Amino acid sequence: MKKILPSEITPYSTYLNRRKFVKTASAFSIAASLSLSAKALHNNDSSKYISKLDENDELNTYEEITTYNNFYEFGMGKSDPSNNSSLFNPKPWTIKIEGLVEKPLEINLEDLLKKIEIEDRIYRLRCVEAWSMVIPWQGFPLSELIKIASPLSNAKYIQFVTIFRPEEMPGQKRRLLPWPYVEGLRMDEAMNPLTILSTGLYGHDLLNQNGAPLRLVVPWKYGFKSIKSIETIRFVENQPSATWSMVAPNEYGFYSNVNNTVDHPRWSQATERRIGEFMRRPTLMFNGYEEEVAHLYKDMDLQTYY
Amino acid sequence: MLSTNRVKKTKPPIIILLFLPSFYWIYLLLIGNLGVNPIEKLMDNLGEMALRLIILTLIISSLSDLKFFRSLVTLRRTIGLFAFYYVCLHFSTYIFLDHFFNFQFIIKDIIKRPFITFGFISFLCLIPMAITSFDGMIKKLGFNLWKKIHYLIYPAAILSSFHFFMLVRANKTEPIIYIGIIFLLLSYRFYKKIFIRR
Repeated sequence: MKKILPSEITPYSTYLNRRKFVKTASAFSIAASLSLSAKALHNNDSSKYISKLDENDELNTYEEITTYNNFYEFGMGKSDPSNNSSLFNPKPWTIKIEGLVEKPLEINLEDLLKKIEIEDRIYRLRCVEAWSMVIPWQGFPLSELIKIASPLSNAKYIQFVTIFRPEEMPGQKRRLLPWPYVEGLRMDEAMNPLTILSTGLYGHDLLNQNGAPLRLVVPWKYGFKSIKSIETIRFVENQPSATWSMVAPNEYGFYSNVNNTVDHPRWSQATERRIGEFMRRPTLMFNGYEEEVAHLYKDMDLQTYY
Repeated sequence: MLSTNRVKKTKPPIIILLFLPSFYWIYLLLIGNLGVNPIEKLMDNLGEMALRLIILTLIISSLSDLKFFRSLVTLRRTIGLFAFYYVCLHFSTYIFLDHFFNFQFIIKDIIKRPFITFGFISFLCLIPMAITSFDGMIKKLGFNLWKKIHYLIYPAAILSSFHFFMLVRANKTEPIIYIGIIFLLLSYRFYKKIFIRR
């Protein structure tokens, strides 16, 4: 677990390539082809990440990570996001920062990335459906963006909102969930060094099915907390609503920390299937990040605040 | 009218046809081509196939009230047995591939999670039907007792459709369609029993 501490970060080497790519691509229409070309480009080279892996973990393949997704905006099947997301155009992208901040902002993602250093983070991702993966993300700590946003002192929570574009996101044409998807974090959770906003994985820009161009990654919480394709970041005083706990409050709580002692009515959370493995693994408290995050909840009853 | 002979002739191809999906999925599993989470995929496919076949047997029973389709009843047993075949594969996938004989976990899972409880009871309901579905069984047990045993198809159908309904996370359209069909077929039976058989 120690191997993923933020002190061991390395610069995002392909970030420069990305900028080059954006420049040269102006001659082409990159929009629709992006997800396909990025897939074709991938050389499955995982050697650069091996030193950052935890002892018992192995990286999942690029193919696994990009074809098995829960992203209901593109449909409910696991392969729907990779099959139905080619119309989605994540460039250019503007992030709205609003609510309890000194000055509401709209930042172009490219401009934001000029001010920020991209890092490698290898995290386990544990889905509430009791499967998991190990993913080499590229991104930056959410705390960096919070600094830029300069929230007011009464901002206690952050709400995130996924973009709403039913023309490009076929799942949003049906009322599978109340759109747009929303999620939230308490300020100290958001400031925790493990919490990142991701822009890429395996050295590539995020594919549409993984939440392009910008998504949250909170590795000690169930996957649905890591909201994808974020358009709005809103600083608020009270606990904001979050889609799944709105839809089924008895099944999903606001915190949704990975907790092997609190069962979901449908899935036992005691074990998980790591994608690519035959035997189930025992699920670790806080998905194995107990050391880094347990202090955030030390006075809370996690059976109540699940 | 469909003649019994004609329907009987379709039996061998139907048997082959109903075996095919299971062979195909197991083949895909073995060559590693059943998606990224193959065990889940296999279990879902098998379970859904079983539920569809259970519903098909109910449809055949109702259709056979019409003179034209009466002879279809000769296929009902075959399809019912295939439903049982797919349920067995579904259940053994759960036991062996999903939990690798971790019975301590499995028993807890069956007791604790209503959707698994429902699925398991449905499986139990099918067993006596399968056992008593061979030639001569009606004679041996007497038609009334045999018939009573085979009423178990109703709880089996209801429980397995709810098993599916509760398992699905958001879009419940497909399970609702199955539950709807079962509800319609059962209402028809109920209506027949009360108002026509008097």
